[in-house]
Amino acid sequence: MNALTRAVLSFWDSSIGKKILVAVTGVALLLFLPGHLIGNLLLFAGKDAINEYALWLHELGHGGAVWLARIGLLTVLVVHILLTIQLTLRNREASQKYSHPATTRASRSSRMMIWSGLTILAFIVYHISHFTVRIGNDYNGSAYLTSLPGHDGNVHNVHQMMVDGFSHVGNTLFYIIAITLLCSHLSHGFSSVFQTLGLRSRKSEIIIKQAGRAYALLIWAGFLSMPVAILFFGYGSI
Amino acid sequence: MNFTLKVWRQKDCNSDGHIEEYPAENIPIEASFLEMLDIVNEGIIDKGGEPIHFDHDCREGICGMCSLTINGIPHAREKGTTTCQLHMRHFEDGDTIWIEPFRAGAFPVIKDLVVDRSAFDSIIAAGGYVSVRTGAAPDANSIPITKEDADHAFDSATCIGCGACVASCKNSSAMLFVSAKISHLNNLPQGFPEKDRRALNMVQAMDEAGFGNCSNHYECEAVCPKSISADNIAKLNRDYAVATVRKALA
Amino acid sequence: MPLNLQSAVPSGPIDQKWTKHKMESRLINPTNKRKYSVIVVGSGLAGGAAAATLSELGYAVKCFCYQDSPRRAHSIAAQGGINAAKNYQNDGDSVSRLFYDTIKGGDFRSREANVHRLAEVSVGIIDQCVSQGVPFAREYGGLLDNRSFGGTQVKRTFYARGQTGQQLLLGCYQALSKEISNGGVQMFSRTEMLDLVVVDGHAKGIIVRDMVTGEVTPHAADAVVLATGGYGNVFYLSTNAKGCNVMAAYRAHKRGAAFANPCYTQIHPTCIPVSGDYQSKLTLMSESLRNDGRIWVPSGIDLAEKIRLGEMKAADISEEDRDYYLERKYPSFGNLSPRDIASRSAKEVCDEGRGIAPTGLGVFLDFRDAIKRDGLDSISARYGNLFEMYEKIKGEDPYSTPMQIFPAVHYTMGGLWVDYNLMSNLPGLHVAGEANFSDHGANRLGASALMQGLADGYFVLPSTIANYLAEQEPGSVTESDPEFTRCLEETNTRVSSLMSANGKRSVDSFHRELGLLIWDKCGMARSREGLQNALKRIPEIRDEFWENVRVPGSGAQLNQELEKAGRVADFLEFGEVLCHDALDREESCGGHFRLESQFESDDPEVLDGRTQAGEAKRNDDDFCHVSAWEHTGVGTKPKLTREPLEFENVKLSIRSYK
Repeated sequence: MNALTRAVLSFWDSSIGKKILVAVTGVALLLFLPGHLIGNLLLFAGKDAINEYALWLHELGHGGAVWLARIGLLTVLVVHILLTIQLTLRNREASQKYSHPATTRASRSSRMMIWSGLTILAFIVYHISHFTVRIGNDYNGSAYLTSLPGHDGNVHNVHQMMVDGFSHVGNTLFYIIAITLLCSHLSHGFSSVFQTLGLRSRKSEIIIKQAGRAYALLIWAGFLSMPVAILFFGYGSI
Repeated sequence: MNFTLKVWRQKDCNSDGHIEEYPAENIPIEASFLEMLDIVNEGIIDKGGEPIHFDHDCREGICGMCSLTINGIPHAREKGTTTCQLHMRHFEDGDTIWIEPFRAGAFPVIKDLVVDRSAFDSIIAAGGYVSVRTGAAPDANSIPITKEDADHAFDSATCIGCGACVASCKNSSAMLFVSAKISHLNNLPQGFPEKDRRALNMVQAMDEAGFGNCSNHYECEAVCPKSISADNIAKLNRDYAVATVRKALA
Repeated sequence: MPLNLQSAVPSGPIDQKWTKHKMESRLINPTNKRKYSVIVVGSGLAGGAAAATLSELGYAVKCFCYQDSPRRAHSIAAQGGINAAKNYQNDGDSVSRLFYDTIKGGDFRSREANVHRLAEVSVGIIDQCVSQGVPFAREYGGLLDNRSFGGTQVKRTFYARGQTGQQLLLGCYQALSKEISNGGVQMFSRTEMLDLVVVDGHAKGIIVRDMVTGEVTPHAADAVVLATGGYGNVFYLSTNAKGCNVMAAYRAHKRGAAFANPCYTQIHPTCIPVSGDYQSKLTLMSESLRNDGRIWVPSGIDLAEKIRLGEMKAADISEEDRDYYLERKYPSFGNLSPRDIASRSAKEVCDEGRGIAPTGLGVFLDFRDAIKRDGLDSISARYGNLFEMYEKIKGEDPYSTPMQIFPAVHYTMGGLWVDYNLMSNLPGLHVAGEANFSDHGANRLGASALMQGLADGYFVLPSTIANYLAEQEPGSVTESDPEFTRCLEETNTRVSSLMSANGKRSVDSFHRELGLLIWDKCGMARSREGLQNALKRIPEIRDEFWENVRVPGSGAQLNQELEKAGRVADFLEFGEVLCHDALDREESCGGHFRLESQFESDDPEVLDGRTQAGEAKRNDDDFCHVSAWEHTGVGTKPKLTREPLEFENVKLSIRSYK
């Protein structure tokens, strides 16, 4: 083994190495979320806007870009999850329970990271099968084809799919719960990234914490605006 | 003052432990927490029982020998205070007080409230020093160090190695302890040459000793009797990453 | 056989003795060093430094401590600082001045050559510690800061806030850890030395008890180093850690090592007063507080009484009713008078009924004027952590109410007798740090304990031990020697007799009783009658101890009562040696004050103004010697041998701080 392999392997094995990888993958996911949100918010710009965006996304780089992003995101996600599970198992093994436990400072979000994370994972699986792979629905059917000005032929009616998807009470409730947990996950995750990557100090602590909360809140409000508008305010229904 | 104590009793490391209840009666208000336990122990010995074992030595908050998790918090809720410096006047008459050992997989219970913290020694032995031989030192004033750097190093060096950080951590992580030593030595010109080695080796020793990892809860910082900052942990993470990169490219 | 007390001090001018001695000392070939094994008992500044340095030199070292880690030795609690003749302040300091101050501070009862060597090596200690990463206080220019400390008129004290001992010990512990990881030192924590093994007149090993498993085992080596600290806990209440004890030194004494000057005990003037009989220890407030705090009591007994009863507060006492007694009696040193003098003065005013603590035993240490002069912020910057500590313990805010302080036992200058090589009269047995008697005479100056511990450990012992080892065949004695078996059996018998006493009283109750007696009769002021009284009473307490002590639990596991019982059993024998020495020394010097030996108003020294009535009166004609006591059996008077002290470089004078 050369020095490089040795260094990489021991980094991967070490607790700090794993934490840093969790943080780095976390950053990728933190960056993905606003992009995903902004695209989806085109829902409010009208049917054609979001359908055109979806089409652009799928045709970018002759359809390669979206797959590249999907593979990238999936890798990041798998690494993020695999490592956090490893770390959590290691922590379980390392710690012992008190008969009379107490907490002084740890926030609720920080203490339920693994649970909020696993719920989000379940949600992601559901979300992808719901809107991307479209299992258990007819979103791939002809009812969801529509015309787009300046474009020959039909395109997928993402607008309709979202409206229909979020008109379903069960779906939407799960969506709301998952996004709320995501918000909790992000508020600790955001500031943790700075600590784990060694970028936090006592001086910047407050700013980072507030920025984390603001970021989490924006993501929460943004993603919830769509189902709430559709389900409770009848947005998109004719 | 009178209290009800719920104390962890455990015969030895191979036995199961349990919580046992003891009354603590007629405790002078000026007594320290350990003196309260002394009084309870005198009573237990009088009745022919075996006293509650707990670690303590200097009783002035500096040796780091005393431990005890009091009402779920290592060294109790008073900020910047070790158990031996905690006084009964901070409790209410009639309180029920839970007393448990510092719990962590890497700190096995030896007896009652006494735990084995030798894992800390093995971490220091892995690199928590400057490799200088006696007699080889240059004049003390030959390398000026800014007052800020010296003060900063002192703030980390003030760690007493009690293990409260580990005991308070939901993951039993020793990151605050390790990072305090890293910050102390890596920030000084004397510790600089071994900076990378120190970070890599101490972290490896920490992992091998069975401590958990850091989830950035900052419980450690809150209970630390010397108020050591969790900024040190950020620094350790950074030093570790940089050391890995330099090692990989070497 | 008469005791052999050859001091082995080299000839020649005092400032060349150490250099000459090192030149003439035996050397051991580097490849042979690994064959020599050395046992070091204790891991404080002296023991830890010695173990680390001996291992660096190549010896195979075994180091033992009773704490759970070598980092916890009681050196850690030293607050104030460490002296060194660096003269970084350009205020006229030098090796000779540090030497002279230490000799004078010790009331001319220490060995000149040892003290001079201490002053010489002090310089290297600071270099060594800085290179280990000890974060000493620095000035804005990046160079080391100094303060004046404990009755000296130059600034030669290096410090790390109020935690100098901690920082020095951690430096030492880290050096030790480095050697542990290199394999040069084998560390035994939670292991207590119960006996010394002497084979053919040479110290060749120890018997220890693993405090976790209860297992008692022998360890043989080519030489033994004891660095086991002082015996202050014979007083029960002291500023020492609870675990500090005399066992190792006393066991060595019982095996033939002479105990020197046990009556020199230092009472530190600034401790938090005792508040009740439940109290387990006393807390020291750093002497540095005396740089800015003013010590006083009310001038009248009636005012003091009102304060004691809580009818008046310190702030209610007007300026003219305050007696700043140290400033009054010692105008040039004032509140910075040496420890023994400050302590005794506090006792005097309390004996007059002017004490201000509820028990009557306490005086004020007041920062009112300093706060007025320098501002709250600068006082808090200087003493913030100490004020905080005081508030934690007393529940009172020292910024607004003056602190209450009273003297408490702090350090013991006496210890096992050693020669210039730090070897006791038992060949092979070396003693370092507070455990030996060598450098402080009858009184230790502030910030000198850390200096001596590290001097012994880093620089002196590692060099002088070769003089003994070079004459030994490495590994010539092993644990299979019958003497080890015999000592092991004796130790086991002792442990089981402690376990089987099966009486009614706790170990602590005996310790408390002994401590009170010794504090009363052999504390700050000693008299013939009181000491004789104590010598009658101690054997009675001891007899009751062996009949009526209760040690619950089993010896085959962690048993803190058993540990205490073993230590208290030795204190109960050692207390007698202490009182015999105090009784024999019919003079007052340093930490030993005999009521029969004080200046009277018609003494010529008082009449010509060199001192005043009531001050300690030395008797250089009859007592300018080291008293070395030899064990003759439990309960019988130990045998005294005197090592005369010769002063070639300093003139004996009245130790006046007027």
